[in-house]
Amino acid sequence: MTRMIVSFAPHIRERVTTSRIMLDVIIALCPAFIAAVLIFGPRAALVTGVCVASCVFFEWAYQKLLKKTITVGDFSAVITGMLLAFNLPVGIPLWQAIFGSGVAIILVKQLFGGIGKNFANPAITARIVMFISFPAAMATWAPIPVDAISSATPLELIQRGDLAALPGMWDMFIGTRMGSLGETSALALLIGGIYLLARRVITWHIPVAFIGTVFVLTALLGIQPTFQLFAGGLLLGAIFMATDYPTSPQTRTGRIIFGIGCGVLTVIIRAWGAYPEGVSFAILFMNVLVPFINKLTMTKPLGGIKKKP
Amino acid sequence: MAPHRKHTAGCTPLAIPVPAEVHIPMSMHSGAPANLIVGVGDSVTVGQLIGEAATRVCSPVHASVSGQIKRIDTYDPLTGAPAVSVRIASDGEQTLWEGLTPSPVTNLAEFLAAVQASGVVGLGGAGYPTAPKLTLKEGTKLDYILINGAECEPYITSDTRTMVDHTADVWAGALLLKEYLGPKNVVICIENNKPEAIQKLEALCAGVQGMRVHVLPSLYPQGERKVLVYNVTGRIVPEGARLTDVGCIVINCTTVAVIAQYIRTGLPLVSRCVTVDGSAVKHPQNVIAPIGTPIRNLFEFCGGLKDDVKKIILGGPMMGAAVPSLDVPVVKVTSAILALSGRDAEAPTPSACIKCGRCVAQCPMNLMPSFIEDAFERKKVELLRTHKVNLCVECGCCAYLCPSKRPLAQVMTLSKKLLWGE
Repeated sequence: MTRMIVSFAPHIRERVTTSRIMLDVIIALCPAFIAAVLIFGPRAALVTGVCVASCVFFEWAYQKLLKKTITVGDFSAVITGMLLAFNLPVGIPLWQAIFGSGVAIILVKQLFGGIGKNFANPAITARIVMFISFPAAMATWAPIPVDAISSATPLELIQRGDLAALPGMWDMFIGTRMGSLGETSALALLIGGIYLLARRVITWHIPVAFIGTVFVLTALLGIQPTFQLFAGGLLLGAIFMATDYPTSPQTRTGRIIFGIGCGVLTVIIRAWGAYPEGVSFAILFMNVLVPFINKLTMTKPLGGIKKKP
Repeated sequence: MAPHRKHTAGCTPLAIPVPAEVHIPMSMHSGAPANLIVGVGDSVTVGQLIGEAATRVCSPVHASVSGQIKRIDTYDPLTGAPAVSVRIASDGEQTLWEGLTPSPVTNLAEFLAAVQASGVVGLGGAGYPTAPKLTLKEGTKLDYILINGAECEPYITSDTRTMVDHTADVWAGALLLKEYLGPKNVVICIENNKPEAIQKLEALCAGVQGMRVHVLPSLYPQGERKVLVYNVTGRIVPEGARLTDVGCIVINCTTVAVIAQYIRTGLPLVSRCVTVDGSAVKHPQNVIAPIGTPIRNLFEFCGGLKDDVKKIILGGPMMGAAVPSLDVPVVKVTSAILALSGRDAEAPTPSACIKCGRCVAQCPMNLMPSFIEDAFERKKVELLRTHKVNLCVECGCCAYLCPSKRPLAQVMTLSKKLLWGE
């Protein structure tokens, strides 16, 4: 008889794997990718392709050079590439996109130990680095083929007080407006979000708390609450980036606190900040707080008794 | 959560042919091993006492076949640990011991004596001797006796068969517990994937004061005792306390049936129903096997094993133990033996924790396994204490759900040892 395997219980495992989860996120990003190509033209596909390829390459090269286990098969670098591209203007010079991918994968992810060990979201951090390094390119919104009304994003228009030039709600919803290439189509992002919820890749806590907070606060401030939901990178950030596992809390309560924090910071920056958009800064700042939020929201074990002081 | 895979739920157990030899350990229960009272060459009959209870937390052991004591070993065939075990060569007659007589009981002391003499232990898998468990401290206020028929582990249906095929014994045992231990309520707890058992026992409970069936959702680890107490009574067993401290006793339904059967017939626990299943078993079914039968005989009775068999498990796939050999015997707590092939049998390769929080969200005890693993890896004993790893019931849900296939259940067990300084 063959030799039997002896291993520790449990002997059966749920089918879900890390790469299957990552694949689900990629699938969920596809509607937004298609929307980006339709709205911004084939260069959107080029930018996305370059970011994905360079992220995967940097991950592979780093692990190869340092003789680590190659983990590009888990697809997480593909997601980083897609998310970074979605946060860039379609006209971004390709070398800058490659630079950003290097920052995301090497500086933010691998130097901290690779998948699961990074404390900041790689795509968000790389976007912020690029935003500060290449301010001109990062704020140049190439004219969109579909009936371009203005060369400014809706949030820039609001900041300038140029409300008359704002696109209509329908344009905001389907995404025919200025902005980073993957952030404009609320419709496509929501489809992706519903898919992630249905596949149980994410829970509702972070997106609902984040988006809800932005809506309530902008309503209180009287600055176009419905409009704010679809503007900027809110949906992309709340559905895909604030829900990134290693950089968000693991407890349900923690996720709600995290989402509210992201929402508050986003509104503060949008309403009073020097920049028109604050989603990335808000998420990055909350990323830093995650260990504390986890500690603060430690679950209460069934029957657990607090040690006497 | 875990799949059900109750393929054998409809299989009335069949008795396997009497094995040529049985191997019976004296340590089939938690607590001290029983003292062997027979020697090599002695003739024994079915139901004859061969191991006496040595201390309070101990259970007597009886011969499960008639024949001759062939050899006395100095190891436990399941764990390999030093312990006394005995091999009996069967004469194939299954002659009953002449001393077997019904032992009607009239008071608590007689009842507890009968429970002890029956050799019954926690048959759900815990193996704690039942008599000491039912011996309550003076002044214990007992509100609930929960008869555990949840049987939440995948594959296993031996408790289901007890409730369906021996409903009268389960019922008689429940009435005895009610009469002599005097709880306010006796609740028979059954997962909703066992409609026949529910229907039969509900029919008996109808109109009887203080007896009822509690139907639970079929959700592993529903049958874990603290989880069961919480889900049925809403009571939380505090850290360091016993179930009786919150007025509850949880007792397995087959254990209850064995008690009733002993009192009715005088036959102690010498055989049991075992579910034989898994992807590498040709004809999965339930069988009745004498205690001490090598599991090889059970698989052979079920058509044998497929060639691609890779793993043998005693018990369920969530908490059972993988064993390297088919020579290990069925013991009192063996509710199932599984043979797995292919994907089910492979131990997956772990990858880095992605901090998805699934283990935290699903832990029935509200622990945070990913954080406990981190504390364990850094050998932070204080942090393990903060995270209450001592409360872990080792149900395996965290490891089952982990997309990175981290060996979390193993880490929990090791963390407890680290915490307790073992």
